[in-house]
Amino acid sequence: MRMPDTSEILLLVQGVSLAFGGVKALRDVSFDIRKGEIRAIIGPNGAGKTSMLNVINGFYHPNHGAITFKGQTRAQMQPFEASRGGIARTFQNVALFRGMSALDNIMAGRTLRMRRGLFLQMLRYGPALAEEIEHRHRVEEIIDFLEIEAIRKVPVARLPYGLQKRVELGRALAMEPDLLLLDEPMAGMNLEEKEDMSRFIVDVNNHYGTTIALIEHDMAVVMDLSHRVAVLDHGVKIADGTPDEVKKNQGVIDAYLGVAH
Amino acid sequence: MLYREAGQFKTTYAEDMAIFPIRQDRIALGILLGIAFVGVPLLATFHIWPFNSEYLLWAILLPFLILALAAIGVNVLVGYCGQISLGSGAFMAIGAYSAYKLGTGVHIPLAWFGFAISIPPLPVLPSILLGGLMAAIAGILFGIPSLRIKGLYLAVATLAAQFFFDWVFLRVPWFTNYAPSGSVNAPRLDFFGLAVNTPIERYLLCLIFITVFAVLAKNLVRGNLGRQWMAIRDMDIAAELIGIRPLYAKLTAFAVSSFIIGVAGALWAFVYLGSWEPLAFSIDRSLQLLFMVIIGGLGSIMGSFVGAAFILILPILLNLIPTQLGVPLSTETITHLEFIIFGSLICYLLIKEPHGFARLISIGKEKLRLWPFPY
Amino acid sequence: MIALGQFLEVLIGGLMSGVLYSLVALGFVLIFKASGVFNFAQGAMVLLAGLALVRSLDLLVAWGFPLWAAIILGIGFAAVIMAITAWLIERFVIGPLVNQDALTLFMSTIGVTFILEGAAQMIFGSDAYPLRLFPTDAWFLFENLFPGGILLNKLDVWGGFIAGILVAGLAIFFERTKTGRALRAVADDHLAAQSVGIPISWIWFVVWLAAGLVALVAATVWGTKLGVQFSITFLALKALPVLIIGGLTSIPGAIVGGFIVGAGEKIAEVFLGSYIGGGIEYWFAYVLALAVLLVRPQGLFGERIIERI
Repeated sequence: MRMPDTSEILLLVQGVSLAFGGVKALRDVSFDIRKGEIRAIIGPNGAGKTSMLNVINGFYHPNHGAITFKGQTRAQMQPFEASRGGIARTFQNVALFRGMSALDNIMAGRTLRMRRGLFLQMLRYGPALAEEIEHRHRVEEIIDFLEIEAIRKVPVARLPYGLQKRVELGRALAMEPDLLLLDEPMAGMNLEEKEDMSRFIVDVNNHYGTTIALIEHDMAVVMDLSHRVAVLDHGVKIADGTPDEVKKNQGVIDAYLGVAH
Repeated sequence: MLYREAGQFKTTYAEDMAIFPIRQDRIALGILLGIAFVGVPLLATFHIWPFNSEYLLWAILLPFLILALAAIGVNVLVGYCGQISLGSGAFMAIGAYSAYKLGTGVHIPLAWFGFAISIPPLPVLPSILLGGLMAAIAGILFGIPSLRIKGLYLAVATLAAQFFFDWVFLRVPWFTNYAPSGSVNAPRLDFFGLAVNTPIERYLLCLIFITVFAVLAKNLVRGNLGRQWMAIRDMDIAAELIGIRPLYAKLTAFAVSSFIIGVAGALWAFVYLGSWEPLAFSIDRSLQLLFMVIIGGLGSIMGSFVGAAFILILPILLNLIPTQLGVPLSTETITHLEFIIFGSLICYLLIKEPHGFARLISIGKEKLRLWPFPY
Repeated sequence: MIALGQFLEVLIGGLMSGVLYSLVALGFVLIFKASGVFNFAQGAMVLLAGLALVRSLDLLVAWGFPLWAAIILGIGFAAVIMAITAWLIERFVIGPLVNQDALTLFMSTIGVTFILEGAAQMIFGSDAYPLRLFPTDAWFLFENLFPGGILLNKLDVWGGFIAGILVAGLAIFFERTKTGRALRAVADDHLAAQSVGIPISWIWFVVWLAAGLVALVAATVWGTKLGVQFSITFLALKALPVLIIGGLTSIPGAIVGGFIVGAGEKIAEVFLGSYIGGGIEYWFAYVLALAVLLVRPQGLFGERIIERI
């Protein structure tokens, strides 16, 4: 496997804690994501993985701690600031725009890069049309890459689950993100679909050089794909390292086999 | 076999993104526009059936065009952006009364500052468009709560707009130029020196308005802004996480929608009613517009036309058919039947086909494309 | 002292008429709590219940029934009508729309509103029918303190009394009965409730029936005050801002919201109306609700909404 060519830190999470009322979802979690790597976050159900992603892209605001992204440190930010900064995301339960076609969903991912105002769009002439076509070209590249040409005009609600996940990945890629967060990209897929999705994830990382942080339950996939793995359990980070190191870690084995604490 | 896209190859994305990518659709639209712009006026001029009286033009086509325009406005907000509104009537009223004030001259005495603001009467066209602009501003103001509240809560916020403006135009005499009866008359309709008086002229005027607005609205909803609206409608959280600002998306939807509704309100008052009272824009009007959009199709410009046509034609059919069958119904019974049919239809469509008649038509087209094969 | 007397009279009158709004709002809360449906049709249900009651009452009296028997039979008849309505709504509208988003459900209740309004008037007539179930004269209190005393309508007192009984009854129903528990379970998560064997369509029928009976009670009071007529549906619409102010899921909220709206609009009308033109009552409740929405979207008594993804 190709190793990331740089050890520059893209995202640094320092001492983040998050609580909902009395429930502590995250407790003093720190880790980093290096530029160009595939970073996995694993852990049993309820370990706080999705909460961690929600904190990173600004949907939840942590009670303590700070996040440094591209050298800028802040305690919290708004979701659209995160997206503007170059963080894209897919969701555990597919969060596509169900009333729109696959093409429109992916085009919506280009919003941040489209500049033409209301009046030009209304006339759909000159610069507005040119912009629309230019972005259509970029989106068609993504559609080719994900091999979903045949379904580009189908409303996503009609697509099978596996394809919906692929369209959602396409929408995230359309943002041309620096950091791509994938929340269980392979949940509920059969073996073949998992292989396809793994191939796309590795390709995205290779071709576009996109840094990827992913949550996944399938250990075989995680150990194959990722360069480094962080393990959460009950909101606490219990291990961090290469897949091999993590596999041997006694704490991780206990957490997964459920040894009495 | 007539309706096929096989053999029509598109070599550029621009072609693929045309409003009607299929040739047969373009031909049908051309014929329809030809009938609307040339056929109807010709028939009406020579009083040829069905235009042997002015009834069809006055009582059906004119209100159809204006209400379809308003329905497009409602559809932008409700159908595309997913923000429910029960206050469309109020925004029609704002358009109508603003246009009226601008058309008759505005005088705001500012006694405290010792001077007055006076604007001389404006020509009709700028009055109508500025009326739409005023409605857009009001739309933005009443859209601000939508940033914090959703769905049903917003329904109550728009009801506030409805009842508040009902009251304003009824009770603040400044808006009606102190007319003792509360009823006001539209200024003379004069467009660039051309007087618009006869039903045919009025019809053509509204036809031009709705054609232009329908194209502009269609362009918006299939462009970047339209995608932002629909994204907010379908899943606002995900929309925000891909960089769509809810503030911008929602307020533009409110502004565009209210502008179109405001212009429709001004046309309704100036061109159709001629003289009117605030009652013309009550909550009944708001609900009627909402029904047009649901029946015609949420999120479909064409659906707005279908819905408006249906809502206008149903009462006429209810009147006509029993009379033809020899069992004429009383006006009251017709109104009640209308209520029941509209209500049932709304429920039926929401259950079976949330995208209304427009969706049924496009399913029909899909079937036709494959005919005589099932798939 | 005159001003104080007048103020007290307006305040009490307002609070009392607020109770009437609460009566309608209670029906909304019931349905919203149990099914998450924001029921636009509650006003139409009041109209239907009122028309069924007043028309059957007139007919029974004309047939020579003694008044007490006619009232009992009339109320029974109206209750049966509301039960049939509840069944029809559950069976044909809300049942098939289970799992749809809140907006679709809301629009479907607008459809139901039109069906009910049309059908009620087609079957029972569309005039204004006077209803005399409660005394409509007034008491004059504290005549020794204020000149002329403070006017208090007996009907309003009856309204308050009935609202109190209703709230107590609903509280017992929710907290103490098996159906009430099932209802709260359905409100929390209808899929989970279904999976532990709670018959969801039965529960929803019960809820709509309860809302229908609340509407019937509201109709007896409103009908006595204003006569049973179409415009009742518009007054019933005011229950919407009442709910927003009180909080959508809270029964005490519906009562307090009613007080605030009733007293607020009367006071505004009397003390502000002369400055900015009369008829403030027409919009006051809605604009107040709008203001509450901006400051505290969940209302005074509502639960805070936490979003998840």
